[in-house]
Amino acid sequence: MTVERAISEPKDQFPIGMRVLAVDDDPTCLLLLETLLRRCQYNVTTTSQAITALKLLRENKNKFDLVISDVHMPDMDGFKLLEHVGLEMDLPVIMLSANGDTKLVMKGITHGACDYLLKPVRIEELQNIWQHVVRRKKFDRKDGDNSGSQDKPHIDNGGAAGMGGVDQNGKLNKKRKDQNEDEDEEHDENGHDNEDPSTQKKPRVVWSVELHRKFVAAVNQLGIDTEAVPKKILELMNVEKLTRENVASHLQKYRLYLKRISCVANQQANMAAALGSADSNYLRMGPLNGLGTFHTLAGSDQLHNAALRSFPPSGVLGRLNTPAGLGMRGLPSPGMIQLGHVQNSGNTSNDQSKLQSFVIPGNHNANTLQGMPMSLELDQLQNNKGVSHIGELPTAANTTVFPVSGSLMDARISGCSNNPLLGVTSNSLMLEGSSQQTTLHPSNLRDSVSTMGFQNGNTLSDFTSIATASNQLQCSKADLQCQASPTSCNAGQIIRSAPPEWNAPYHSNVMCCSINSSIPVNGAMVPLGQCLDQNNPNFHRNMDLDSIAPSNFVDPISLKRSEGFNSAMEPAVIQKEGYFQPRPQGGYNVGSLEDLASAMMKEGPDTRKLADGDFGCNGYSHRTCI
Amino acid sequence: MERNPMRRQLAIMRQSLFDQGYLDEQFIQLEELQDDANPNFVEEVVILYYRDSARIILNLEQALERKPFDFNKLDGLMHQFKGSSSSIGAKKVKAECTLFREYCKSGNGEGCTRAFQQLKREYATLKRKLEAYFQLARQAGPAETACCRKE
Repeated sequence: MTVERAISEPKDQFPIGMRVLAVDDDPTCLLLLETLLRRCQYNVTTTSQAITALKLLRENKNKFDLVISDVHMPDMDGFKLLEHVGLEMDLPVIMLSANGDTKLVMKGITHGACDYLLKPVRIEELQNIWQHVVRRKKFDRKDGDNSGSQDKPHIDNGGAAGMGGVDQNGKLNKKRKDQNEDEDEEHDENGHDNEDPSTQKKPRVVWSVELHRKFVAAVNQLGIDTEAVPKKILELMNVEKLTRENVASHLQKYRLYLKRISCVANQQANMAAALGSADSNYLRMGPLNGLGTFHTLAGSDQLHNAALRSFPPSGVLGRLNTPAGLGMRGLPSPGMIQLGHVQNSGNTSNDQSKLQSFVIPGNHNANTLQGMPMSLELDQLQNNKGVSHIGELPTAANTTVFPVSGSLMDARISGCSNNPLLGVTSNSLMLEGSSQQTTLHPSNLRDSVSTMGFQNGNTLSDFTSIATASNQLQCSKADLQCQASPTSCNAGQIIRSAPPEWNAPYHSNVMCCSINSSIPVNGAMVPLGQCLDQNNPNFHRNMDLDSIAPSNFVDPISLKRSEGFNSAMEPAVIQKEGYFQPRPQGGYNVGSLEDLASAMMKEGPDTRKLADGDFGCNGYSHRTCI
Repeated sequence: MERNPMRRQLAIMRQSLFDQGYLDEQFIQLEELQDDANPNFVEEVVILYYRDSARIILNLEQALERKPFDFNKLDGLMHQFKGSSSSIGAKKVKAECTLFREYCKSGNGEGCTRAFQQLKREYATLKRKLEAYFQLARQAGPAETACCRKE
């Protein structure tokens, strides 16, 4: 029975036993909160120190489903904790405070809180907080293509009424008949931590460059419009542990991406024309709130604003496709660098160098970079993994772009943790071929990003650094760091501010790519600029970029989550058109590429959806900057 | 039998706390959280509140001795105090906290000092009353108490 129940009514089971971490320095409130939560049948852990909380969370990322934290704490600001958790663990965080000022609530949202409760907290309010966990999982699921069904059974955690792990496993099996993933089962057995719907941390399928390539090959073989059905694609691909659902959702994204590309192509034509005079467009920075900062950064760094400008976002894209190599290569990580960092002119190590300048602003787009200088950077970007692939991509502008970026992104995103920057360094190549770019690199960015758990972001940062085309980036980086978002400076920064940012940049980059290097990374940067505004990645929403790079950009947070998939996708997406919907967070699209990005990005309605979600990122969908 | 009068007395005392504005609905929430598994929950929370409040009040006093006033710090401390007071439903104390914070925001040092004195008085009154209440509750017996509360 339980099994049945579990499967059929995961929700019923799920809230019970949800693992909550409560943080509040006030012992009275903490005791009250704990008791209330227990009354709701959650599994509660409490601590009065934010530092301890982080430690607990870091120890085992899957140990908790939700975090509730007070805003005012002596050892660490609640918002800071919020950022950390969002970046590193991608868990939903609820803020708690006796102060209900609109400003504060807004701050909470922009920092990524999925809810803001006022003290004294009532039990009714706590009874519904599980929705944030589910919502987040759902979104993740969407991105990750993983069937969420598996999650449900997982309810476990202790609280699960009657559901033993075994039951869940059993259920999972049932549920998953189609799915090849055994992971879920394993997870269940391991203790629902991973799989539980609450955490929803199912291993997400990371669409690496190779994987994507296989996918594209299969699709092309079958015929995109006719025979390419998930089942057949899956068979052709013959990849273990890949499920039809994964393929299906990936296919959907891909289709959107293609559509977007074609739209973009048109736009690009226009943009190309505009490119010449597009500086303003490109730089967009003006419009972009965030970008504004970018400007400054660019200026400071010496971003080749002009260069950036030259890349009219849309134009960039168009180009990308065209110059085969360009497309990908040139794409300076849309999100990232676009802004001017792209320096393109010379930077890219590749011939593309120009493109490279696009170097997607460090933000995750580092992947995007990949797309761009594919040949060059790819290797470098490799560090992420996807990078290598990029080289391949450039050819097919459209399609290749896709994979490439994806790979880049993957590399990056997944690699984020390790050092997405690496990708960046390579990107730097792209950027301008100048080694300097590397300076930007991720390492630098990383620092800035430091808080971010940026893993995904790192890649971005790399990009950003790259984007900035080397030197400038560096400078900017510093700037960025402050802001985390001020992507303007360094691509890396972009990353910093919010992984989501890179999404945007990425997009923009893509667009930029086409620009042959002349296109300043502006596009990419733009997003950054946006990001700049807000130190929080989430914040970037305001940027125009949002419009540009539709949700594609993977939210930094999401990036993290998706295991880089999203993030990776993002960049790639950009190329592809936002193929992947990076979580809304990422949406950081480079403003310049805006046109392109928007065209491309549009694809991400999903991301947008996420946006609402849970995390504060919601707004991101565009906002890469988050 | 014996308990009846006590229970009744307890109920009356409790009601007056609400009527006089010392406590608000939040206190009822606390009561509702008390059950067999957690029979002394309310009192536990309140005792915790006393302890924490004593610390905050001390900090406030120290901060108020330093001139000129560091309004930010004062505001921060009071924010904390307000949070815990509201968690147990200490209505009057909470109101005094709010007033104090208003003075802080406007930089009114004199007002802060006055408000703080008033706050301490309210706090002391509440503490006294609650202590009496819990003492009676203990005498009336747990079951009775629960009954009383429930009514």
